[in-house]
Amino acid sequence: MSTADAVAVVLWVGVTLYAVFGGADFGAGMWSLLAGDGERGQRARALVDWAIGPVWEANHVWLIFVLVVLWTGFSVAFESVMSTLFIPLSLAALGIVLRGSGFAFHKLARQIRYRRLAERLFGLFSLLTPFFMGAVVGAIASGRVPVGNAAGDAVTSWLNVVSLLTGALFVATGAYLSAVFLVSDARRAGDSDLERYFATRALVAAVVAGAIAVAGIFAFRADARYIYDGLVGDALPLVIASALFGIAVLVLLWRGERRGARPLAVGAVVAVIWGWGVAQYPYLLPQTLTIKEGAASSATLTGVLITFGVAVVVVLPALGFLYTLAQRNVLEEEGQVPPSR
Amino acid sequence: MLAVSSQLTPARSQMAFTLGFHIVLASLGVAFPALMLIANYRGLRHKDPAALELAQRWSKVAAVTIAVGAVTGTVLSFEFGLLWPAFTGRFGEVFGVAFAIEGIFFFTEAIFMAIYIFGWKRLSEWAHFWTGVPVVIAGLGGAFAVVAVNSWMNQPDGFTISSSGQVTKVDPLDAIFNRATAYEVPHMILAAYLVTGFLVASVYAVGMLRGRRDRHHRLGLLIPLTVASIATPIQFVVGDSAARAIASNQPIKFAGMECVQHTHRDVTEYLGGRCTSDGVKGGIAIPGFDSFLVGFSTNTKVTGLDSVPASDRPPANTMLHWAFDTMVGICSVLILLGLWLGWAWWRRRDIPHSRWFLRAAAASGGAALVALECGWIVTEVGRQPWVVYNFMRTKDAVTGASGVWVTFSATLVLYTVLGVATVLILRTMARRWRTEEIGEAEVPYGPSEPVPPRETTPPAETTPPAGRAR
Ligand code: HDD
Ligand code: HEM
Ligand code: HEM
Repeated sequence: MSTADAVAVVLWVGVTLYAVFGGADFGAGMWSLLAGDGERGQRARALVDWAIGPVWEANHVWLIFVLVVLWTGFSVAFESVMSTLFIPLSLAALGIVLRGSGFAFHKLARQIRYRRLAERLFGLFSLLTPFFMGAVVGAIASGRVPVGNAAGDAVTSWLNVVSLLTGALFVATGAYLSAVFLVSDARRAGDSDLERYFATRALVAAVVAGAIAVAGIFAFRADARYIYDGLVGDALPLVIASALFGIAVLVLLWRGERRGARPLAVGAVVAVIWGWGVAQYPYLLPQTLTIKEGAASSATLTGVLITFGVAVVVVLPALGFLYTLAQRNVLEEEGQVPPSR
Repeated sequence: MLAVSSQLTPARSQMAFTLGFHIVLASLGVAFPALMLIANYRGLRHKDPAALELAQRWSKVAAVTIAVGAVTGTVLSFEFGLLWPAFTGRFGEVFGVAFAIEGIFFFTEAIFMAIYIFGWKRLSEWAHFWTGVPVVIAGLGGAFAVVAVNSWMNQPDGFTISSSGQVTKVDPLDAIFNRATAYEVPHMILAAYLVTGFLVASVYAVGMLRGRRDRHHRLGLLIPLTVASIATPIQFVVGDSAARAIASNQPIKFAGMECVQHTHRDVTEYLGGRCTSDGVKGGIAIPGFDSFLVGFSTNTKVTGLDSVPASDRPPANTMLHWAFDTMVGICSVLILLGLWLGWAWWRRRDIPHSRWFLRAAAASGGAALVALECGWIVTEVGRQPWVVYNFMRTKDAVTGASGVWVTFSATLVLYTVLGVATVLILRTMARRWRTEEIGEAEVPYGPSEPVPPRETTPPAETTPPAGRAR
């Protein structure tokens, strides 16, 4: 594996972590939006707050990590993506501001009116932000981002079937992941009613995500052929694994068994992301820019790898400490893993 | 090309606006944790409950400002691509590693800030204190990493341009430790401590002017004001050496700041005045002093603006000149404020009794903020027309996408609301501290209140989250 490939792997690790942690964080926001004002809705929202409160920012640092690794290791790809996809990325940035500040402020707002407004902003933009990010991913996957400063079409690059479906898939996946996580959180909180509540929602979201994924396969076949060929070629084992994990979660939830659903759901998402990575290899921008062509000079790549190594050594234990601390007083059963967010 | 240049003005305005906003929160993020730890230390060491309570409140304020700082910082990361794709596309591999390093510090800061806020009731006193220390270190490290990039834009290093125009021979370490890093980084870090110190002090000074003279207010004034008063004279010295370094490394920026039209010796220093093509009109003139400041002799030659073509000179020289003078002026006045405090303390172990002292302290926060923004204007506008000094023009860096006017307008509205909301939230917090307690659950990063128990579920004591939120 070349140094450039290694940095691409690091980038992909970041993408995966963001998809899992950030995705679940977005999903939690969506559920808090959809929970409504009733007594149960309020309890559901309180559970969401409880679950993501201390880690909501750490979850999003992964996005910054992805941006920085992309612009440092693959500057030209960064330039091309950020300029052609100016519109959806600006909207995603807007969404990040609104959902972040909405979350940061909602518990501090004095008047119920402002509190509700902050909550709604947090919820609404938790839904829209991953949609636009998915549209960006769809645009890249379908080869609509040529190399250069705003060289692609500003509108059709992301307003097309593949992009819209990918956007919808991101939304549904976030909702699904987060509902599965919230089932466990509800169990830890000893609220069996909310446990059922989120189990139902996880089922619905899983079915919706599955349906979008199937539709997406046809759209990719028609319009993102390179990725499609990869998904049914080299990446097929990962795709199958993802489907199996997903079905296993469905079965577990359906039978009212909640244990084991969380790692399986994460596994399903991770498998599909790595499947996509394998399918897209060796391209950064399918069929126009390879990892090798787009890579920075070797000193820079080495710098990124060293920094990543240091980050693993420094950040992971600290994160572990935070999660343990957050869980310490609440662990019901011995040895239960802290919720991985 | 026309489409490209039409994006330049809104892109620059948006960058300036979002950075000018972020830098305030970033300064608080760098220095507030240090104030909080000083109070925490005092509280533990001298068994001082008021100091401990201050530390606790400050940690909650810091949680809010860090949260908003994180949000606005994420926007900046997007802007590197949304506004300046050609800059990042060409030079990202040169300056990027600094940002990668910054990522480590951000993570550390976010994680330990959460641990610290969490830890108030869950860790032993001293263990809790120590979990705050990484936040302070991460703030310093983060500031170092970003400002190193800005220094690099002023003094590019760590790469060569091949004959075909490609960036080659990249050395990320040389890029990080460029010639401007040595003064820009300490200057920025000091500025962060200064701004935070004076801002926090001014809040308590206002409270004391309104008659609240309890121990809280005294400590709340004294701790930050002492820190800031120590930082100010050092800042003066660092800023002075920055100015001299610029006179030799970025002579056109210096000429713009001082409005020196022709290269000559015995250059007059002007305080204020209007910059025109025949030199400064108005203002206070000190003959020979500019040359003296640059080389400690009135005989020192100072490079003039006309040594380069008009297209290579910075715009808005009057503004540049005023921004520089304002920064220096404010720094000097703030030094006097620190001396006043030091004198009273030395004589009577007390803060000065005069109401004028409190008024000055109340104004100092705003003044330090103005100096901070002025400093950035000097750095950024003074570097124009270059985004990478002598290597890339700002107009060649800008995005080819259209619609920056739209995003700039949206940003203006959004950030105005965000700024107002942040201030209101902080004021609400302060008011609630005076009347009732504000729960740790309410601040960002803080643990949540327990999930409200449902009628049919067992009583709260047996539901774990209730136990945790205590
Ligand atoms: C509280 C804020 C504050 C105060 C009191 C001062 N400065 Fe400053 N100054 C800044 C805050 C700042 C800054 C905003 O932080 C800048 C922008 C870039 C940087 O590194 O620091 C800056 C930049 C900056 C520059 C431009 C650096 C460049 O272009 O690379 C010069 C020449 C000075 N300063 C000089 C001074 C002098 C001579 C001061 C005192 C007598 C002074 N500053 C006080
Ligand atoms: C944090 C405090 C900063 C402030 C307040 C600030 C302020 C500004 C201002 C006022 C401009 C517009 C210049 C003009 O209109 O002539 C600008 C432009 C810019 N700044 Fe800075 N700046 C800051 C730090 C940085 C840093 C740390 C970087 C990079 C690492 C940076 C990158 C840029 C870029 C790329 C531009 C656009 C090109 C240009 O106009 O120079 N800035 N900034
Ligand atoms: C173009 C310049 C800049 C960019 C791209 C940038 C980017 C960011 C990002 C992405 C974050 C959020 C990180 C997180 O989620 O925790 C952040 C926060 C922060 N930034 Fe900036 N930043 C810039 C300028 C500066 C400057 C000049 C300073 C120096 C003082 C600074 C200091 C901080 C600090 C200390 C934080 C942590 C949050 C806080 O304390 O407010 N940043 N910045």
